[in-house]
Amino acid sequence: MTSILTNLFDGVAYGMLLFVLACGLAVTLGLMNFVNLAHGAFAMAGGYVCMVLVNRMGWPFFAALPLAFVSAAAIGIVLERLLYRHLYARSHLDQVLFTIGLTFMSVAAVDYIQGSSRVFINLPAALQGQFDLFGVGIGRYRLMIIVICGLLTIGLQMVLAKTRFGSRLRAAVDDPRAASGLGINVPQVFAFTFAFGCGLAGLGGALSAEILGLDPYFPLKFMIYFLIVVTVGGSSSITGPFLASLLLGIGDVAGKYYVPKMGPFVIYTMMIVILIWRPNGLFGRTAAR
Amino acid sequence: MTASSDVGYHAQRQARWHYGEAAFWLVVLACGFLFPTRYLIMTDILRLALFAMSLDLILGYAGIVSLGHAAFFGVGAYAAGLLALHGIINEPVLALIAAGLAAMVLGFATSFLVIRGVDLTRLMVTLGIALLLEALAERFSNITGGTDGLQGIEMQPILGEIPFDMFGKAGFFYSLTVLFVLFLLARRIVHSPFGLSLRAIKNNPLRAAAIGIPVNRRLIAIYTLAAFYAGIAGALFTQTTAIASLDVFAFDRSADLMLVLVIGGTGYLYGGLIGAVIFRILQEVFSTITPQYWQFWIGLVLVVIVLVGRQRLLRWVLYVPNLVIKQVAGRKAVVAAPESDA
Repeated sequence: MTSILTNLFDGVAYGMLLFVLACGLAVTLGLMNFVNLAHGAFAMAGGYVCMVLVNRMGWPFFAALPLAFVSAAAIGIVLERLLYRHLYARSHLDQVLFTIGLTFMSVAAVDYIQGSSRVFINLPAALQGQFDLFGVGIGRYRLMIIVICGLLTIGLQMVLAKTRFGSRLRAAVDDPRAASGLGINVPQVFAFTFAFGCGLAGLGGALSAEILGLDPYFPLKFMIYFLIVVTVGGSSSITGPFLASLLLGIGDVAGKYYVPKMGPFVIYTMMIVILIWRPNGLFGRTAAR
Repeated sequence: MTASSDVGYHAQRQARWHYGEAAFWLVVLACGFLFPTRYLIMTDILRLALFAMSLDLILGYAGIVSLGHAAFFGVGAYAAGLLALHGIINEPVLALIAAGLAAMVLGFATSFLVIRGVDLTRLMVTLGIALLLEALAERFSNITGGTDGLQGIEMQPILGEIPFDMFGKAGFFYSLTVLFVLFLLARRIVHSPFGLSLRAIKNNPLRAAAIGIPVNRRLIAIYTLAAFYAGIAGALFTQTTAIASLDVFAFDRSADLMLVLVIGGTGYLYGGLIGAVIFRILQEVFSTITPQYWQFWIGLVLVVIVLVGRQRLLRWVLYVPNLVIKQVAGRKAVVAAPESDA
């Protein structure tokens, strides 16, 4: 019984992490219908920035996290303005090729700068180990992830639902043409959102070094997970990707624990079945884009 | 001239053999005699070319973007490996066809998943299928040999006559023959009414359906055929290298294949062949400069190609040849830019 709860807890932490990593991609796909396979590269950038700051420069972990966000967002906005925006109107094939190219470049560049082995971020002692809560083993680090990601999710939902920027963004997602006709600067909204999504990915990358493992192949290894979150969750709201991430996280942890021999088999099968059943995602709109 | 006979005239004109095409194949054949020390890499190029041609059939002609074409390559590779390893079918040509058929069955089964949904769903489903197969191959390592791959494959002589030699000469001419035969078949198919209907589907599925083309059935057919081609390419890989390992399913393989096709151009059969040559040369050059980081430069090439635009790039590349043709032959350029893809 307690092992089920511990697994559930780990799964939730994993899922929340995936959500933070992938929600930027949901916006990219939903708003501009842009297939960004390089999303993991931003996460990796954030992770490595955090690692360098903490391990090499001796920054405290919690001070390095915001910087992971900022640096990934900065890289994101530079790339968006320089490269990405030329490709919004192109075919999906072009977008796929372009972002695969970026992914390859990021993998090789990080390999060149930091070496190909897995890196670890030195965690403060307060985050290590686990404690018992009514007999359920709770990892401190995972608890922190749930707290941070939970707060972020609530914050995101509030921004989207309550603020002016949120309503502009929702308008632009719903119908970019009508939105720009109403005087909303859609490219600007998108650039901000893109950078913010990259920043979140960077933060997620920094947080995930401990759980998912951080090495130069991170963008390729987890690309499929991000895409699953987005395609299964749909891109019309953030609730969809959130639920999809939790489902994926819990499913993956449970799958690895209870049927370790099946490996990632469970996840891929689930994804294919869901996509066949609802091509626009479990929580997506019914209209095809 | 009525509209229909006009269309027929152009279709037939396109389907005719050009001198350039004959010259192309003669050059390829000549390479086999001119560079006897380079059989291994040339065989590699032929294999890649066949694989790229297979992707071109669905991407260039039917407009299906696939990120998991390595699935069929892998199935073909393992099928050929297992057949040879357990001595089920010893004769390479028969084993090749059997492996192709195995991939074809998978292609047919998965085509129903692929024709559903839009581009993104297709990307995900094809990628998912390839990953699924990789996971399966890893899971059933007692059959596939796991990460070590199938070992100790010994190939019997081709048609019982020509043994595979260590310099790869037999392998090269074997691969070339297979490629040429399959090329002829593909050429016939894409110029047939069936092939023309595929182009119509690619340009506008809705309109194609409106003029009476059974869109889904055509897509299933071409996807299945492409799977067959990819399976043959995979089987050639196993037969000429005597290895089959997990990396036949790797995402990199599918991604590299995209690059091959992008370099060569989609929507005409030579795209994959030319792309394979250029890609392999690029890869050689990059890996001699930076053995570990060649992927960076490959990625850069992709990014640049997309940013500059494939159409524009092709015009630049063909500028000089077309100018020469215009001056010498005094007629319009033979090598035109292929159609853009949707």
